[in-house]
Amino acid sequence: MIVLRDTWYMLGRQLRNQAREPIWIAIMLVQPMVWLVLYGQLFKNVTHLGGFGTTSYITFLAPAIVVMNAFFGASWSGLATVFDIDRKFVERVLATPASRLSLVLSQIVRSALVAAVQGAIILLVGLALGVRVHSGALGWLVILLVATLVNTGFAGFSQGVALLVRRESTVIALANFISLPLLFLSSTLLAEKQMPDWMRILSNYNPVNWGVRAARDVVLPGTDWRSVGTHMGYLFVLSVITAAFANWTFRIYKRSL
Amino acid sequence: MDAIVVDGLLKRYGEVQALDGVTFAVRVGEVFGLLGPNGAGKSTTVRVLVTLTHPDGGKATVAGCDVAREAGAVRRVIGYVPQESGVDRRATGRENLLLQGRVHGLHGAPLRNRVDELLEAVGVVDAADRTVDGYSGGMRRRLDIALGLVHRPRVLFLDEPTTGLDPEARVALWEEVERLSNQEGLTILLTTHYLEEADALADRLAIVSRGKVVADGTPDELKARLSGDAVHVELANGRVDDARGVLERASAPVETTLADGRTLVSRVQGGAQALPGILSALSDADIAVASVSVQRPSLDDVYLHYTGRDFATEDRGA
Repeated sequence: MIVLRDTWYMLGRQLRNQAREPIWIAIMLVQPMVWLVLYGQLFKNVTHLGGFGTTSYITFLAPAIVVMNAFFGASWSGLATVFDIDRKFVERVLATPASRLSLVLSQIVRSALVAAVQGAIILLVGLALGVRVHSGALGWLVILLVATLVNTGFAGFSQGVALLVRRESTVIALANFISLPLLFLSSTLLAEKQMPDWMRILSNYNPVNWGVRAARDVVLPGTDWRSVGTHMGYLFVLSVITAAFANWTFRIYKRSL
Repeated sequence: MDAIVVDGLLKRYGEVQALDGVTFAVRVGEVFGLLGPNGAGKSTTVRVLVTLTHPDGGKATVAGCDVAREAGAVRRVIGYVPQESGVDRRATGRENLLLQGRVHGLHGAPLRNRVDELLEAVGVVDAADRTVDGYSGGMRRRLDIALGLVHRPRVLFLDEPTTGLDPEARVALWEEVERLSNQEGLTILLTTHYLEEADALADRLAIVSRGKVVADGTPDELKARLSGDAVHVELANGRVDDARGVLERASAPVETTLADGRTLVSRVQGGAQALPGILSALSDADIAVASVSVQRPSLDDVYLHYTGRDFATEDRGA
């Protein structure tokens, strides 16, 4: 399969370039750490309100921060594509027999891999702060898989927009535009039971919340595996749809040349 | 046998008719130049030939394959060195070459050897494992060319290969192009807006103006088509029409054209002999002259002849 082969090569390029700037991986981790450590301490008494499924706010928060981080990272992932278009890297590849799909696919996979690695680091910090994943090693795996799926779902969207507008400022504006609303329309920071009804209803349609529910479910006792599976299924479908969207906008970009 | 056949290509971007029936053919093994100012349609033509841009009309084949219907086959046999590099600046020169080779289906020892060979050939061995960010303009351009050669293409496209290079790097690149043409037997199509570059490198060339080929042939053929020498008269004041009348009466020129706002170019037989007559006629008519020169035909004159516009002037305006 040429697509897989070329995606592998393109992915290798991106990871090598990323590894040349390890400082970025650290910088990208500052924000989730602030949420986990500072926000987690500030609101640690919020569990007294009830409906959190645990008395430890950090346990409630940690899996959701992994998901939030994956979502935020994905919403910026199109920037790399705008950069490659600006630098004419994409055009040079398009004049070779390389798989066209590999250009977009490798960006999505790279973004998801970074989210999974960051997710593991966040979980390790959580572990140090006393977070226990109730379903054990399988739970860790599920959380990282959920982070990957949330990332792919939104990375496809960001890539698609990047290929459509081809402007850094627009990709950044869109990332800013969706990040806070989708964060607050989810149970990332607060139990669903404490949300106003209309927000809770909306959160059912929020992919970020699908991820938060699945990831949190494996951390807290009494895991509902059917619910975990269903939400992961939704996220998978979302990823397929947004990847198709990115592929479609890639065609529009190619026609514009 | 033609390596490239271009027949009536059309391409419109919004209001701009970038290609308006471009037609030419390139023989196997020759260096062919597309010459014209910025915006004439040279790059768009190349982009159609390397399958990046889909033309609105017309037909083009590269190495016998139709660029629209057999794009995949075309991509396998061409090397493309775009105007703007497209190299991955955060990767090393070697990594760029390896990736380029891999997407062309090369791998293992043959690929590694080919990359070493190219790094050597274009003279970036010492910088091979540094990121391209730190390369000089000339080094980056030579790496660009190496990228276009990894898979041993049959046809190489060089889009404005020396734009932005200092004179020394430009001459080094000319030598590289000549070497490729002589030793590797590559067919090379290059675009340029430097007349001396086309004159130095191209076996044959086509002059492109506003999306059309206005003349083609070898540089010598093109020059030979012009009869007579060019007498350039730069006027000290703006009496262009009066001066034109005087010139035409004094020297019976083949043609007289206005090169820029105040320079007239008359094409006359025996320019040196005609000059005293021209000067005294201008003097009699009380037309002040800033400078006068006589030139044997150059590609600049060819360009002026076929487009009615002075090359350098149009280039500045573009």
